Amino acid sequence: MYFRQIELAPPSETSPAGVTRRQFLKLTTLAGSGLTLGIALPGCGGRGGSSSAGGAAAGPLTMPFVHIAPDNTVTVLSKHLEAGQGVWTGLPAIVAEELDASWEQMRVESAPAEVPLYGNLAMGRKVQLTGGSTAIANSWQQLRQAGATARAMLVAAAAKEWNVPAGEITVSEGVVAHTGAGRRASFGELASGAARQSVPTDVPLKDPSQFRIVGSEQLTRLDARAKSSGRQQFAIDVMLPGMMTAVVMRPPRFGGQVSSFDASKAKAVPGVVDVVQIPRGVAVVGRDMWSARKGREALNVTWDESAAEKRGTAELMKEYRAMARGKQAVTVSERGDVEAALTHAMKRVEGEFEFPYLAHAPMEPLTAVCRLGPDKCEIWAGCQSQTADQANAAAAVGLTPAQVSINTLAAGGTFGRRATPDSDYVAEVASIAKATGGKYPVRLVWTREDDITGGRYRPLYYHRVTAAIGRDGTVAYRQRVVGQSILAGTPFAAMMIKNGVDPTAVGGSAAEQYDLANAHISWNEAKVGVPVLWWRSVENTHMAFSKEVMIDELAQAAGQDPLAFRLGLLASRPRHVAALKLVAEKAGWDKSFSKEKGRGRGVAVHESFGSVVAQVAEVTVSGDKINVDRVVCAVDCGIAVTPDVVKAQMQSGIGYGLSAALLGRITLTDGHVDQSNFHQYQVLRMTEMPRVIEVHIVPSANPPSGVGEPGTPPIAPAVANAVRVATGVRLHTLPFDLAAARKRRPEVPA
Amino acid sequence: MSIKLTVNGDSRELDIDPDMPLLWAIRDHLRLTGTKFGCGMALCGACTVHIDGQPTRSCVTPVSATQGRQVTTIEGLATPAGRAIQAAWVDGNVPQCGYCQSGQIMSAAALLAANPHPSDADVDSAMAGNICPCATYVRIRSAIRHAAEALAAGTSAPAQG
Repeated sequence: MYFRQIELAPPSETSPAGVTRRQFLKLTTLAGSGLTLGIALPGCGGRGGSSSAGGAAAGPLTMPFVHIAPDNTVTVLSKHLEAGQGVWTGLPAIVAEELDASWEQMRVESAPAEVPLYGNLAMGRKVQLTGGSTAIANSWQQLRQAGATARAMLVAAAAKEWNVPAGEITVSEGVVAHTGAGRRASFGELASGAARQSVPTDVPLKDPSQFRIVGSEQLTRLDARAKSSGRQQFAIDVMLPGMMTAVVMRPPRFGGQVSSFDASKAKAVPGVVDVVQIPRGVAVVGRDMWSARKGREALNVTWDESAAEKRGTAELMKEYRAMARGKQAVTVSERGDVEAALTHAMKRVEGEFEFPYLAHAPMEPLTAVCRLGPDKCEIWAGCQSQTADQANAAAAVGLTPAQVSINTLAAGGTFGRRATPDSDYVAEVASIAKATGGKYPVRLVWTREDDITGGRYRPLYYHRVTAAIGRDGTVAYRQRVVGQSILAGTPFAAMMIKNGVDPTAVGGSAAEQYDLANAHISWNEAKVGVPVLWWRSVENTHMAFSKEVMIDELAQAAGQDPLAFRLGLLASRPRHVAALKLVAEKAGWDKSFSKEKGRGRGVAVHESFGSVVAQVAEVTVSGDKINVDRVVCAVDCGIAVTPDVVKAQMQSGIGYGLSAALLGRITLTDGHVDQSNFHQYQVLRMTEMPRVIEVHIVPSANPPSGVGEPGTPPIAPAVANAVRVATGVRLHTLPFDLAAARKRRPEVPA
Repeated sequence: MSIKLTVNGDSRELDIDPDMPLLWAIRDHLRLTGTKFGCGMALCGACTVHIDGQPTRSCVTPVSATQGRQVTTIEGLATPAGRAIQAAWVDGNVPQCGYCQSGQIMSAAALLAANPHPSDADVDSAMAGNICPCATYVRIRSAIRHAAEALAAGTSAPAQG
């Protein structure tokens, strides 16, 4: 039961053993959670100014990525957004390793918006952005050097103070010591002395064999306590003096504009203070969320829908199917002579695949806070691209980016949703602040309905694949992809779209990931007025699916084991082979698997964001219901900086991918989104989560690669392949509808 | 209109619309922000609080309906079950984005208070109303089991601040 009504029992005489608010605040202060608003609380770590045993000269060591305070806390400045993926643990782990700190003294805070200092090295330092599963990978050398540099300065300070050679000083678990002189000191005691040292430019880094924090399974996430007690602050929790709350009424169809509005009834709602037009709609501002919402319900807006998208998804899919049969297309990749190979093939398999629009549905509805002054603007949000948000907020309020300060808070999920090139919700709150003259700080909250109906979806896609096995055993693979470009019309287009190919639409194909003799991948860009965006693992959400399902069906056509068949096409890709072999070993692939009672087992492998993930899914099909019982996962992500976070991200990626495979679907009718909240846009619940998920990490000495996204792509095809084994039914349309799929004639016998 | 509330043992009087959902009274007026807004329709569980010990979706509960009742939010959760759950959450590195976890913890604490030895099916059933898009479900199941064991053994430590 999802909701338990309040029982009408008599009021309890006993007072619940609660912590009072005053006690709670005291606990909060003692615990030192100064990492939220970027405001250092006294005695709360970070840049706090509390005195230490070090005496009058106590002071911090302040560097771009590392602050060591006299209270002995080490605060890492995270240039990346923490949205659950664990960077607030991984980034400090890298610093702590080279610094030889103790894990208990580590803290983390969000860095301000600043490039090139906090720019993403994978994006030329030009933009501060968390995306493409690059946070750990691009920070790896940078933060190792930051940690090693700070360590060298602490050692230099100790050498000077103790008058001993620096080479004889040891650092371990946050203690700097010289055995001969019998001296030891904490980082906090040495911080002010370290700050007076010159910054060394060429510090040695550890050999990985010496790592004791990086690779440790024992690290507690630095945000685990705050997030297990309600203390973690998100943008929606920011409370500024005099702050008002806004909600926005947006066009009912994408591309609509405000024609006129009548605010009289809205303004009559108690608590409503302002109703203002902004570029994206009409904002209703109230003293609290309830009054703003009630005000919006009373608002009357007339829309100009002349330029609005009025097609529904059924019509769009019909158009996509027709486009896929046309001769005109952009070639994505080409190898050998696919037409000849298909003509002379021994066995041929065809498939049509349909993928719906998908909402990201982060648990925290999009929220941002803005305080606007005459020559400055402050933003609080779960910013996924601090510099883009800064520039877009500046444009909205008519200031320069340098006049806009960005306070990045923990985000209640993103899955790509907060990395909008035009900073939609951040630009909205800035527009509201501008329209209301900055007379009060304002918090914009999107309701869940705003989120689900608000666009920025994973695009709708259609794939048509013809694949075949030749008499010599080689594979030919022809694929046409139809769908919207995510990059088109964004500042990224000029840099990333080459020869008409949007890699965020059609990357990760079979031609890229298998050793195929003959392949041709092409695509048609569909022009649709529904705003689209990257969704956890981007192009791999759909490209991996058709690839891994078709490869499995080819294996079946060839009468081969699907694992062995894949290994035969991966001879030049040792990382794929290692991941597949590890997952096969752990899943017991070579042992017989009972197909009784509707059971089936399937495998899939995919490389994305520099990592290779292989998964085996075991399912039970009861009637038309698919239960995923067990998932075994092997991941090669280079050096696993925080293995428990890697495992968590694989579990998370599997759950998120499974949600899309089994449930996720946004549809439109006449341009109106059909879903509005979680009763219609269903997401995975505990009851649908596999009881067993085992994650195994492939040992590697390579630099770290992505983990936030790569766990997602393989799960849907692994499950589809398992269901085909169990039932003989091919699942090519997402989300899976076994009853509908059964009605289609299976093109490949089970 | 004046509404009398008892939240985490503190009596408060607020001049607000009696139809205002408890969620917004707690968050916007009492400034207790640990309880989260997720859907506004009792579909996701992020807003779960205890009313007289019962897990309740505060986003659809009119504040007027809680007069004379004891409301407990995550900030005031101090029962043995609550402490054991919170400790198990930290030990198991359960949270990812963390936004749903207040609601998850309130549901789990109520489950263990009512049923100290829940079966796997009991856990899934009691937690089915709490959505976690990060899909921390496997760890939530495991943490609830560990908390139940700790409670049974009398070894549950108070949750660390």
